[in-house]
Amino acid sequence: MNFDHLKELQQARLSKRQVVLATNLINGSNQILYPFENKEETFLNSEAKIALNTDKAREIETEDGPVFLNIFNPPLRLFIIGAVHIAQKLAPMAAAAAYDVTVIDPRRSFGSEFRFPEVTLDGRWPDEALETLEPDRRTAIVTLTHDAKLDDPALKSALKSDVFYIGALGSKRTKAKRHDRLIEAGFTGDEISRIHGPIGLDIGAQSPAEIAISIMAELTATLRRKQ
Amino acid sequence: MTQNLDMAAKDDVLLFALEWREAGKQVALATVIQTWGSAPRPIGSQLAIDADGNMVGSVSGGCVEGAVIQEALSLMTTGDHKILEFGVSDDDAWEVGLACGGKIRIYVEALN
Repeated sequence: MNFDHLKELQQARLSKRQVVLATNLINGSNQILYPFENKEETFLNSEAKIALNTDKAREIETEDGPVFLNIFNPPLRLFIIGAVHIAQKLAPMAAAAAYDVTVIDPRRSFGSEFRFPEVTLDGRWPDEALETLEPDRRTAIVTLTHDAKLDDPALKSALKSDVFYIGALGSKRTKAKRHDRLIEAGFTGDEISRIHGPIGLDIGAQSPAEIAISIMAELTATLRRKQ
Repeated sequence: MTQNLDMAAKDDVLLFALEWREAGKQVALATVIQTWGSAPRPIGSQLAIDADGNMVGSVSGGCVEGAVIQEALSLMTTGDHKILEFGVSDDDAWEVGLACGGKIRIYVEALN
């Protein structure tokens, strides 16, 4: 690869574009592809799309020999609603797993920099924040407030998006009540079933950190197994 | 946001490759292009190496990086590229040891 290609690739990644580096394994030549921006239906472009969609780099056979398609998808994002104790543990764990984390909580005493040093905080109301953050297929949304006033607007926004994971903290009883409220708000049972609740894999978690681990485990399973 | 970029930068192989190159250093990139069995790092994983033998990222669980660096250093002098293969069925594997029992192919190239 030459320096200019490397610079372009890095620039594309910083602007969060879905980009593919195609390398001819015989002669070493490179090509940078933006298959979702370039509407040309070439063989390389459509193969590159498959690679990005499945989040898997792959080698393909072309007329010019074997070509390796390395994929650079934009970062995974996690939006945590509720700057609560579990969020303090979950945010750094998710960051270590390469998620861009934002903690959303309009309550100043919760969402303070003192409680969340080095974490992106958003003090807006959850539905308002989510509208500008534009959750997508590479995003997970987790509600942790236990408070319908804050959780519900976030869940409604989440259900209208194509995020890969929605999780809501709360017991089975809380879950049943939430289900009724969302039905009343016009969502179908199928739609509501996208919400993972009680949140997290059942590993007997007790402390905030353990619950954060169970949430990260469920998030990972959902992300990787869908492929 | 700053913090998140920093977090990403810790593992950011291409960013380091770019910075090393901009500092005038010779750089090589290694990329996992194929795996069989229980390979430690998925296809597409990368390792950047500079002329002093500094490395960022990984192409295995540490089993073959040493051998990859040797190849990378010699490719830097020629500006060439090469495909390396490691696996337990290989005699080489006893030396570089893919203890997991997997097999991997790695594409190594000098940055020109």
